[in-house]
Parts: sequence; C-alpha cells; structure tokens
Amino acid sequence: MKVSLGRLKLKNPVMTASGTFGYGKEYSEFFDINKLGAIVIKGISVNPMPGNPTPRICETPSGMINAIGLQNPGLKGFLKDQVPFLKQLKTKVIVNVLGNSADDYIRLAEAVEEAGMNAVELNVSCPNVKKGGIVFGTDPKAFEDLITAVRKKVKLPLITKLSPNVAKISEFAKIAEDCGSDIISLINTLTGMSIDINTRKPRIANIIGGLSGPAIKPVAVRMVWECRKAVKIPIIGMGGIIAAEDAVEFMLAGADAIAVGTGNFLNPLTTLQVLEGIKLHMKSQGINSVSEITGGLIC
Amino acid sequence: MRSLKYVLNKIIKAKIQDNRKIIDRHYLLTLEPSTAITTPKPGQFYMLSVNNGLDPLLKRPLSVHNFLDGKLQFLYRVVGKGTDLLSSRVTGESIDILGPLGNGFTVSKTKQIILLAGGLGIAPIYYLAASIAGRKPVLIYGAGTKETLIYRDQIKNLGIETVIATDDGSYGKKGNVVTVLKKYLKDTSLPYTDHIIYTCGSEAMLKPLAEFASEHGIKIHAAMEQNMACGVGTCMGCVVKTRKGLKRVCKEGPVFNLNEIEWE
Repeated sequence: MKVSLGRLKLKNPVMTASGTFGYGKEYSEFFDINKLGAIVIKGISVNPMPGNPTPRICETPSGMINAIGLQNPGLKGFLKDQVPFLKQLKTKVIVNVLGNSADDYIRLAEAVEEAGMNAVELNVSCPNVKKGGIVFGTDPKAFEDLITAVRKKVKLPLITKLSPNVAKISEFAKIAEDCGSDIISLINTLTGMSIDINTRKPRIANIIGGLSGPAIKPVAVRMVWECRKAVKIPIIGMGGIIAAEDAVEFMLAGADAIAVGTGNFLNPLTTLQVLEGIKLHMKSQGINSVSEITGGLIC
Repeated sequence: MRSLKYVLNKIIKAKIQDNRKIIDRHYLLTLEPSTAITTPKPGQFYMLSVNNGLDPLLKRPLSVHNFLDGKLQFLYRVVGKGTDLLSSRVTGESIDILGPLGNGFTVSKTKQIILLAGGLGIAPIYYLAASIAGRKPVLIYGAGTKETLIYRDQIKNLGIETVIATDDGSYGKKGNVVTVLKKYLKDTSLPYTDHIIYTCGSEAMLKPLAEFASEHGIKIHAAMEQNMACGVGTCMGCVVKTRKGLKRVCKEGPVFNLNEIEWE
C-alpha cells in the first residue's frame, strides 16, 4: 500500500484533511491512528485565533457549511501542547499553516520543521493583509510570491492546498509546481451559503462558509483530473470522500494519495474503513500497487 | 478492523425496540444496543445516525433520557429533516450510535437540589431525577400548555417532589419554569445559597436564569446545546464562550456552570 509523494513516503495513501482531525488526540480514542498514511493537523497561525461566533456550522444536502474561523491555539500553544503527542506517533504528521503575510508562513513552516514534523501544508485561503486583504490562493501573483518565499526558507516537503474558488484551478497547480511546491492538495472547501427561510437569517453567523462533504465530490474529482493534466508533482485528492469507492475515483482522476475530511465527522472510523476498502478493491481487481490506480482513468 | 480496545462502548449498532409519539412532534425512542454498554451518566449524549444515506449527512446529538435494563431511551422533537426521518424508523430496524459522549452532571453532595426543565429540557433532567431520587431533589417542570407538557402524571412515578407549570395555567401552576422557580425559592425556608440547580434548556431560558442565579449566589449547572458535526471534539462547531475561553459543548460540556458562561 506504500506511496511516494516525492520525498514524502507514506505507508498507505489514506490521510486526513486539515481541520477535521483536530490534533490527532481525539480520534486516537477510537482507533490506532498510526494505521493511517499521514495525519494532517488543524491549521496553525502565529498567534492564537478565537474563531467565529456561533452558529459555525449547518447541514446542507449531502454536505455541510462551516465557518469555524480557523480557531487555533497559535504556534506557542501548538508546540507546547500538541507536538509532544504528535512526535511519538508512528505515522507521518503534516502541519497545516496559515497566515496573513509570507513572513507568517515562513515563521510557522520553520518552526514546524524544527519541531520534527514531516511536512508542511500551506493553507492559502487566507487574506494577504499587506496587499489589501486579497486571498493568496485566488490571486496568481500573491500565490506565486508566497510559495516562492516559503520555498526559499523551508526544506521540509511543501504541500500547497489549492482553493477551488477560482476560475481555472490548473493554473494555480502549475504555479505551485513552478515555484517549488513538492505536492499539491485539493480541494479546500467551496464557498457556500444557506438561509433559514422562516427567520430570513443566514444559517451560520459568518453568513458565508466552506461547503464540504459528498455534495462537492464531483467538483473535486474534476479539479484533480484537470490538475493531473497540468502538473507532474504528486496530488493529494480530497472533497467528500466517505468510502473507498470515492477514494479510488480520486486516484483514477490522478490523485497519488487521498484525504478524508468531513467523513471523519460522520464516523470516527471512516479513514480505516476507506483504507480497508481500497485494499479489497485492489484485491478484487488484481491490482498490486496503489500507483497502478493513480491516473488510471480511461477516456 | 474494529479494535475492541478503542471502540468499546463508543461505536455501537442498536436495534430500535420502540419509537413512539408521546405528544405532537415529540417521540420516545428505545434502543437495544447490540453489545452490553456501561451506564451512561445523566447529561451525557449519543450521536445517532438517522438513516444510512447521505442526506442528512451528520449524526444527531441526543441526550440520554433514560437507561433501563441495558436499553437506552431518547426523547426528541421533530424539528427538521433529520429528526423527521428518525421518527419514521420502526421497531426492529438498526441504527448506528456513538457514545456516551461528553461529561454528565456532577451532583452536589451537600446542597438542596432543584431540577429545572422547560419543554424538551426534560430529556436529560428526567434521567438525572431518576438517578438521584434518593437525594430528594425538587423537580420543576413546565411547558407552554397542558397539551405541550410531555409528561403529566407519569412524572410522579419518579417519587420526588414535583412542581408542574404551564405558561397559560392550563395545567399545574401558571407561569414559566423560571418564575415558578423564583416563587419556590422565595417561599422555601432554606437560604437561596443552600440550593443548586441542574437544568437544560434553550439560551432564551438559560440567560435570564443565569442572571437571577448570580444575583442570589445560586449555582446552576446546565446542559447546553449547539450545532455540532462530529460530537467528539474535532470540528470545533459547538463552542460556547466561557470566562476560561472557548469550550466545546461536546467535549468540555455539555454541562456547564452557568456562572462561567459569557453570553453574546
């Protein structure tokens, strides 16, 4: 089941999506999380962030909208309270980082490297404060500058998590590759909104939020396929994966590894079930290696 | 695939033994877990899958209403698609449940206990009342009208002092539970501060209650609710603001000391 995402070697292709697996502790009450290929922990910012007012989540058909507001304990809190637990894990630990300037990302990535984590994932769906709040991940120039700056300073495998809220995602995939990103992960949530027709109020306090879950899967699969055609670097596919069949679909579209996000909320054991299901699929199809599935789409 | 070490007493299949309407839109669900479970604490909750499909996607958090002969009971109101589907599930069908989750009520050993429940707030309070009947708590339970009272005579089977109230006075005392509580405390011989209140209800009820309690130095512990996706502490959807920072209803709660809540 081994997969190589460039320099980042995983025992299997099943990972968790940032923000849906906490810092690993909660789900380790339910199963041995070392069985996973990697865990991607909830995004860290330089300073603690309180997040948004409630309600922060609402359910939508086959999905959910969230606007948690990146609540996190900040770098210091992360290093003190979470790293000791993460360091003793026998799976790869990838730290998602977020900031409002290239300096924030560099500082975080350097700290993650020093803390002995295995890779860093850039959450680029944040506003660039110095450039009038434009979101890094939806502006090609801001995106390019950010990845270039971080790459210069950070040796760890660098994963760039792409926003789907752009006209042409493959353009961003190509920029990430050209600027030295080792891996791309996609997709982040799609911007969405839901209204209570009786109260006429938005169903989450932030008005808009990120749509996730099976509802977005076809969009995500399409985007993985488009990015696969545009770049050679490894792709981590995600967006609505709750079963092995979903995971295989992403791999056929071109994903080298996959991540379970909202699926963790439905059942703490979703990742394990996806992993076991992929094994069964491979057995039934006579597939020996995961890489035989990746990009195997026939069309 | 499931290691017993990890999932014991957490992820369980349960058979529906009964799912009956009690009053308009309110149902009592009785589940028989496929494996023996330990006794949940009053105030703890389970996440219940309402069907096996993708819509609705998330499990529903329901607090334990009773635990009898190894069977779990939940009292719920049909408020949307999820609970509507749950109400259509029939005896013999199986559903997945996750729990018990969260922390239950911590019962004071010295104070006079008052249990306060408005409407569906009776769901966890009933279980607490049954568990601590020996401590001689006083139960104040109310609803809008006689028709919307989930329990009337049955609640007397708990064998504890009970005051029932309706907003319109169509059954029991007239007034909402908070006004009835105020009058009860005024009339009782014990000082206000010798009491502790355990409750469950909406923010609309808890907020004035918290103000009243802090005025008179009474402790109140309340089971709170909030939209949640995972129930196990990872989605960060269900936070409440407290004097000690943001706390998760599912993990640090659902029972909070109301004096520590910072209301928006």
